[in-house]
Amino acid sequence: MSDDLRKQHGTTGHSWDGIEELNTPLPRWWLWTFYACIVWGIGYTIAYPAWPMISRATGGVLGYSTRGEVAAEIDAVAQSNAAINDRLASVPLTDIAGDPELNQYAVSAGGAVFMTWCAQCHGSGAAGAKGYPNLLDDDWLWGGDMEAIHQTIANGVRNEEGDDPRYSEMPAFGRDDLLEKGDIEAVVNYVMSLSGTPVDAGQVAAGAVVFADNCASCHGENGTGDRDQGAPNLADAIWLYGGDYPTLIETVSNARFGVMPAWGPRLSEAQIRAVSAYVHQLGGGE
Amino acid sequence: MALEKDPLPASATGIGDRPKRRSFLDRHKVLEKNATLLLALSFAVVTVGGIVEIAPLFYLENTIEDVEGMRPYTPLELTGRDIYIREGCYVCHSQMIRPMRDEVERYGHYSLAAESKYDHPFQWGSKRTGPDLARVGGRYSDEWHVDHLRDPQSVVPESVMPKYGFLEDTLIDGRYVQDLMATHAFVGVPYTEEMLENAQSDFAVQADPDKDYDGLQGRYGESAQVRNFDGKPGVSEMDALVAYLQMLGTLVDFSTFTPDASR
Repeated sequence: MSDDLRKQHGTTGHSWDGIEELNTPLPRWWLWTFYACIVWGIGYTIAYPAWPMISRATGGVLGYSTRGEVAAEIDAVAQSNAAINDRLASVPLTDIAGDPELNQYAVSAGGAVFMTWCAQCHGSGAAGAKGYPNLLDDDWLWGGDMEAIHQTIANGVRNEEGDDPRYSEMPAFGRDDLLEKGDIEAVVNYVMSLSGTPVDAGQVAAGAVVFADNCASCHGENGTGDRDQGAPNLADAIWLYGGDYPTLIETVSNARFGVMPAWGPRLSEAQIRAVSAYVHQLGGGE
Repeated sequence: MALEKDPLPASATGIGDRPKRRSFLDRHKVLEKNATLLLALSFAVVTVGGIVEIAPLFYLENTIEDVEGMRPYTPLELTGRDIYIREGCYVCHSQMIRPMRDEVERYGHYSLAAESKYDHPFQWGSKRTGPDLARVGGRYSDEWHVDHLRDPQSVVPESVMPKYGFLEDTLIDGRYVQDLMATHAFVGVPYTEEMLENAQSDFAVQADPDKDYDGLQGRYGESAQVRNFDGKPGVSEMDALVAYLQMLGTLVDFSTFTPDASR
């Protein structure tokens, strides 16, 4: 033990077998940091919400609240976009594409809305999946102009929460015994013949009769579909659930009932118009 | 190294006896030498911390603000919640939208304490490999949930979620759901006698819109959604889980809710 240190700091007085313990003080920098933290802590509890009291916690002299902060942040963004959002929500739908500034804003904002709310079903690239329509092509179930797209997004399809959702219901021809098994096989062969090659060409003629009696009222005499009823075009090579024989048997037997939520209750009018413009410009807009 | 002079006198025992002035802070020696006293006073110090942190939760009514619309889970939803916990969904999904702009814009209104007041245990979580699910209810169709649970990559190709198709193969009859609800009632969920008595029938009715579900909605309100969630006959674990997912975050009507800004 250095004599200098012993003289400088003294010992604690502990001594075991002659081994003593220096009473070295804490470093000054550490001690001052420690005191500064205590002072800062007291200041913090005065400035910010901290101490629990009888009915609520102390509010802090700065009046800070987490909820107030997030509300202010959201307001700030809403304010900065208010002018263009108002314009987007009020112009006629078909005028959006003709206004370059508005169109650019709508498509960019719509892309963000699409990624947040639509991509889970329609895919992040909007190519859809089995049962969820591809939005990149020009094959539309309910219509592909701005008004139709806007109407579909705002009210959804076959849901319970929209004001005026798109609605139609295909009968389950097999499950509900509306058609014999042989008739279903025949009509599937006929439908396959419209856009490709049937499995059994001999059944096409019989299938055409079944089709005219049972299917043509929605899907049209030539199977080209009816957008008023969301009835798909069966004469093209685009299939929502699949165009192979077993899938078509399943579709005709048990029907399909695709549901899309209504976005009117969840998104603002400007957001719905933005995402409509985004979908419209993807490639198939009319 | 010899010492020329011992600056401090050593005591007979070799311990203590420093000839310095004795300040108040030097008296800790008493504590260091008396284990029982040290224990008692340590406990007293910890108690202060406990009182400050825990006690307010028992008497502060404002720790849970009142909101309209909250109700206990229906038997089917509660079963779905148990499946959610059993399958470890909470490992990748949180149920807590934090009050930040990015979260509010992506998921919806930030979560309120009242929205998980009937959760035992709560599913807030802190790990998000998948998205937050606090407001997933109504965001997708039932069919999407079934497709997605069966094969997540069929609808979201970039997903890393495992497949849960086996849920639709396991039919359940709600045999034990009354006991489950009684347990929740024991820890404070306000299930009424009537709810407990009708537990098993309410369980079956919620997944079958062809049955009479007036009783179910009379007990739990219109917010109890009645549908054949998985589109197949019978009540499967898939029905229960989708019923649970489809009600998450849908109970509070935020058009009539005014947040208390001081929180």
